[in-house]
Amino acid sequence: MDSPATATPPPSSELPALVLAAGRASAHYWRDLWRYRELAGFLAWRDIKVRYKQAVLGIAWAVVQPAVQTVLLTFVFGKLAKMPDGGVPYPLLVLCGLLPWQLFTGAFNGAGSSLVGNSHLISKVYFPRLIVPVSALAVALLDFAVMLALSLPVIAFFGLWPGWQLLLLPAFVLLTLVIALGAGLWITALTVKFRDFRFITPFILQIGMFVTPVGYRTDFLPNWRDLLALNPLSAVVDGMRWCLLGGRTEIYLPGLATSIITAALLLISGVWYFRRTERSFADII
Amino acid sequence: MSLPAIEVSGLSKRYVIERESRHDSLRDTLHHSARKLWRRLRWGTGFEREEFWALRDVSFSIQPGEVVGIIGRNGAGKSTLLKILSRITEPTAGQITLRGRVASLLEVGTGFHPDLSGRENIYLNGAILGMQRAEIRKKFDEIVAFAEVERFLDTPVKRYSSGMYVRLAFAVAAHLEPEILIVDEVLAVGDAQFQKKCLGKMQDVARNQGRTVLFVSHDLNAMATLTNGCLWLQAGQVGMSGPTREVIGAYLSRLAAGDEKRIQANKTGIERVEIECSGGGITQWFGEPMRIRILLAHPQPIVRACLSLQILDSLRRPVTHLWIYHDQQTFADSSGKTELVCDLPKVRLNVGNYHLRIFLSEPPGGREWDVLDGACNFEVLRRDQSNLWGWRPDTAAYFEENSWTIRKQT
Repeated sequence: MDSPATATPPPSSELPALVLAAGRASAHYWRDLWRYRELAGFLAWRDIKVRYKQAVLGIAWAVVQPAVQTVLLTFVFGKLAKMPDGGVPYPLLVLCGLLPWQLFTGAFNGAGSSLVGNSHLISKVYFPRLIVPVSALAVALLDFAVMLALSLPVIAFFGLWPGWQLLLLPAFVLLTLVIALGAGLWITALTVKFRDFRFITPFILQIGMFVTPVGYRTDFLPNWRDLLALNPLSAVVDGMRWCLLGGRTEIYLPGLATSIITAALLLISGVWYFRRTERSFADII
Repeated sequence: MSLPAIEVSGLSKRYVIERESRHDSLRDTLHHSARKLWRRLRWGTGFEREEFWALRDVSFSIQPGEVVGIIGRNGAGKSTLLKILSRITEPTAGQITLRGRVASLLEVGTGFHPDLSGRENIYLNGAILGMQRAEIRKKFDEIVAFAEVERFLDTPVKRYSSGMYVRLAFAVAAHLEPEILIVDEVLAVGDAQFQKKCLGKMQDVARNQGRTVLFVSHDLNAMATLTNGCLWLQAGQVGMSGPTREVIGAYLSRLAAGDEKRIQANKTGIERVEIECSGGGITQWFGEPMRIRILLAHPQPIVRACLSLQILDSLRRPVTHLWIYHDQQTFADSSGKTELVCDLPKVRLNVGNYHLRIFLSEPPGGREWDVLDGACNFEVLRRDQSNLWGWRPDTAAYFEENSWTIRKQT
């Protein structure tokens, strides 16, 4: 054999014993999750590589789609519906609304379809399954970074320099990801058992596009503000606009508080449901 | 002092099969829930559920450094046992203690992505199998050399030949260094030369490095050379365990004694296989015709049916392969039953005991409908016994037709 001799393992009595029994799988779950963090990195890296290898246009997709959407939404909300812009160029309002929305869409879609998309792994190898939806967020985050990098010059072109508010942007990115992951965990775990939930995702996103203030601003809609605040993404959109447009729009604080609480509840319940159903994934996927 | 590396006690696994279909869609569930409620109101019982015990009260223990094989028919619970040991699924009852890092290889190339290059897939697959990045980097060259794919490292694996693909996949797995290695039927793929190399590598892992290996294979030869102990699973229970030779011997004599008939209730599959031997019963004379009748049940039409048939010898080595694929002759493309008759005008197998293994599937890579293994045992005998010697099973696999010309040279 051409391989060099390797060290023999230590006596079994010195090795850590792992006990498997019904209902015991959770014992080392969080420790295992940490141990498998490299795998999460690899899966994220795989998704990114594949995305940019398969699509010739690669990065261009992350640009073309929001650009077209910006034009359309500006036309519909700004020109046809004549929504108030409060002195900010309408295309910028829309662009800054689309940024978090696209991030959410990508992350939610990715996490939501992650388990079924990786079913060949789940039925053949052990690892904490939470890794799968979490690593699916990476592609969305990369697309967001590309789009953000291209949006900043556009904002500057209109003469609106972002101020210190920009420093708070990561907090809103995090909030978006928490919401997307929380909802994605529910959907992906449910999809394992009921494939119907695949069709629910586009439906949620279609409605979400309108009940999230992507194409309009909430601070000029006092009557609807509280209702819109029930959607945790409203505060995220408001917040990102505020960060990117140098504080020229307002953040509705009660809305933000609601959003954070909702996001936390979504994530906690999502993890709870995911963990509860996780042990049967391999049997039914 | 050394404790067992693997200790299994009272292990059971139950699967619940819902009576009609699985609840694949929400509509099904709503529909079933409504019916369940209705039945409960009317008869006081809920919906019928069928329980299936894939494993029942299995106990054994394996010492560190032991290489143990698991044999048994399809559906005996081998894969379920490996899945539980690999932590992919949970046991229903019982307890397992594993001492040491476990790596399992239930499939070759798990997680390979066709669009990624060989290099990228080595890292990805290594990580999936539980290796650290640094560990993969350290063994990278060794893996590449073992797989013999140096020139194609930066080619996407979808352009690899299937042999290269398997070599690369096995090479990654072969360089895992767990204390306990669990291997499912993975040597069945790849060319013979590479299989030999893999067996050598596994032998090396087991003998020289003192690691514990649990190994499932239908290849009883590999089993006999690699393992010292063997576990025979029968319908989810340990039928016999002990030294490999003894267990394999008992297993083979059971196989040769004839198998129970299978019943396929309303499912697509091979319903019956019969052979008509020239000598009547299970005796087939060499050089004489033999007929194989296969009855297929297909409640739904099979769009692209392929049936392949292997004749295996008493050590379960395939000797010959026969097939009928839909692109030659269409069959079973409407619902109902189909009989396929295969005629062998002259059986040229060497003397010995043989049996059939039959696959009903879509074209390679597609869905597998049914596998019938260990069917129709028969014995080949020759009428033309020589005065000088008797025919023996181990001199050849089969005989070519041939003629001799004798010219005396002067």
